[in-house]
Amino acid sequence: MSTETKNDVGTTGLLGWIDARFPLTKTWREQWGDYYAPKNFNFWYYFGSLALLVLILQIVTGIFLTMNYKPSAEGAFASVEYIMRDVNWGWLIRYMHSTGASAFFIVVYLHMFRGLMYGSYKNPRELLWIFGMLIYLCLMAEAFMGYLLPWGNMSYWGAQVITNLFGAIPYVGTSLVEWIRGDYFISDITLNRFFALHVIALPLALVFLVVAHLLALHEVGSNNPDGIEIKKNKGPDGKPLDGIPSHPYYSVKDFMGFVFFAMIFAGIVLFEPTVGNLFLEKANFDPADRLQTPDEIAPVWYFTPYYAILRAVPNKLLGVVLMGVAVMIFFLLPWLDRAKVKSIRYRGWLYKGFLGSFVISFIALGYIGMHKPTPVLTIESRIFSIIYFAFFLLMPWYTNVDKTKPVPDRVTFHAH
Amino acid sequence: MRTKMKAPAMNNTVKNMIRTLKLCTLLFIGTAAVAVQAEERELLHANNDVANKASLQRGARNFVNYCSGCHSTKYVRYNRLAVDLDLTDAQVKDNLIFTNAKVTDNMTINMDPADGKAWFGKTPPDLSLIARSRGTDYLYTFLHSFYLDPSRPTGMNNVVLPNAAMPNVLWELQGLQKAVYEGKTSEDGKRVDKVFKGLEADTKGKLSPEEYDQFVRDTVNFLDYVGEPGQVERRNLGIRVMGFLLVLFLLAYALKTEYWKDIK
Repeated sequence: MSTETKNDVGTTGLLGWIDARFPLTKTWREQWGDYYAPKNFNFWYYFGSLALLVLILQIVTGIFLTMNYKPSAEGAFASVEYIMRDVNWGWLIRYMHSTGASAFFIVVYLHMFRGLMYGSYKNPRELLWIFGMLIYLCLMAEAFMGYLLPWGNMSYWGAQVITNLFGAIPYVGTSLVEWIRGDYFISDITLNRFFALHVIALPLALVFLVVAHLLALHEVGSNNPDGIEIKKNKGPDGKPLDGIPSHPYYSVKDFMGFVFFAMIFAGIVLFEPTVGNLFLEKANFDPADRLQTPDEIAPVWYFTPYYAILRAVPNKLLGVVLMGVAVMIFFLLPWLDRAKVKSIRYRGWLYKGFLGSFVISFIALGYIGMHKPTPVLTIESRIFSIIYFAFFLLMPWYTNVDKTKPVPDRVTFHAH
Repeated sequence: MRTKMKAPAMNNTVKNMIRTLKLCTLLFIGTAAVAVQAEERELLHANNDVANKASLQRGARNFVNYCSGCHSTKYVRYNRLAVDLDLTDAQVKDNLIFTNAKVTDNMTINMDPADGKAWFGKTPPDLSLIARSRGTDYLYTFLHSFYLDPSRPTGMNNVVLPNAAMPNVLWELQGLQKAVYEGKTSEDGKRVDKVFKGLEADTKGKLSPEEYDQFVRDTVNFLDYVGEPGQVERRNLGIRVMGFLLVLFLLAYALKTEYWKDIK
């Protein structure tokens, strides 16, 4: 062998050999090792890395479930029970996957709320926010398709009701519903295509979008609880004065977050995997039955805020449209928000009030969506839907007139 | 609430539907208050313990003697019972298998689903997951709540599942029960409704009320176990995993603190 090929990052040996041929060390340094993140991250900044952890967890447990799951109307329900009873550790893998689905939404909702609080969607992070929203849409589709796979009675009727919604679209509605189902009703054909989308198409899109989200993040740099651009204050070495390298500082901090999350996650998986009726619904322990609906058809908790908005509207088409708008309107946040400051710390009481009432209405709608409609709940769902939309639609006004406080040059940080 | 959906939905032949509708109408006119009362009846508490293996063994015995003639538990293997209930394969074969099934077989039944439907009006459901879909309190209350009702083909009705297709297979053990009603004047004072008050013994059974209660609790306990055979193992594992994670968390916290003390 002749002399070693030199590489740009100064590594030697096997790593040097690789680095001369593939940007391994370079990518690591750019994306994490030498990525300077603000040092003032608080509690709300754990949920990004946790979302990545849950994604990996879902992919790994999903692979193992696929080894024993049978995607057919005849065999699906029985194969899930086979996994729960006869496959070694099958019950653990299945509960991790079912709990992981809900955990994903909890983590993502908290991650999104963090963005709302600290204005993380604002210039220059609009595209980062859009990638995040696309991840959220993908996640919703992924959860919806995955929920059909156990072929329980709630799987069946949930899919039936949600696919029916497309029937409200004028002219093409009925054909569209048949096209989605591949049949006149939810059947073996639907199950098979949902399986294909759930195990390959959507996870592939999710992983791609997560990579794009992270690349965009590391390009523009992280926001922080003060909403200050740390790149504006650099030291003589060109590093942000308020920044610290992600590795080792955020590696060890996020690891601590992982373990804390694991304690809650394992607690649910091992002690209360159904979480009452929330994560695994009772009606889904009955196999799919085309002749018998469950007592009550409601989506899993993470969709219930939108389901409540749908039911709040007396007109079906308008309800479907509003439900869609309720999700999609998040995309417009970077352009609806006219405030000069990012973080809630320096915003006025108007924004705080609107954000607070938005959070309350989101939770209240989630609660209402889980319960049978009553006249009182219907009125409440209408009030909360109006507040929900007011948060977005009035945003250009209230963020414009809101009294903001002056933003300091440097982040607020108290050494531990 | 369950009953409203179930009664008409179960019978998918038109004939049965008409019969059910007629019955519903009759019930509605005659004893509307009774139906409402039945729907809102609070469930009794099963208070079963899936870690109690003696109870599970008795429950398995009860199940194969009184239930598995009509109800399969097709996702359960006989030899899984052996492992989980501290029995030998031979004990399972001698005491729990009445057919020529092998211990490695699943607990299926020979009754043709179509026959079951013809005989009872509804195919007796598989009970592998019944405790998970209905809850143990429901099953416990259900097995306590049969009462004499001459209007039903089986001569029996059930408080928590009105117009249940299932006959009371345990009547010999429990004895027969009858429903007790009391008259209640309606709010406008124009009529007197029959209001369901409770059940009382009509004839004595082979078992005392206490023995019957234990019989039902053991059986429900077995069904709870069958719903998720690994649940005891799961909880035991949970305690160890939580212990490990707690230690790991303390280490992770110490590691984080050690690194972060440099950050001013």
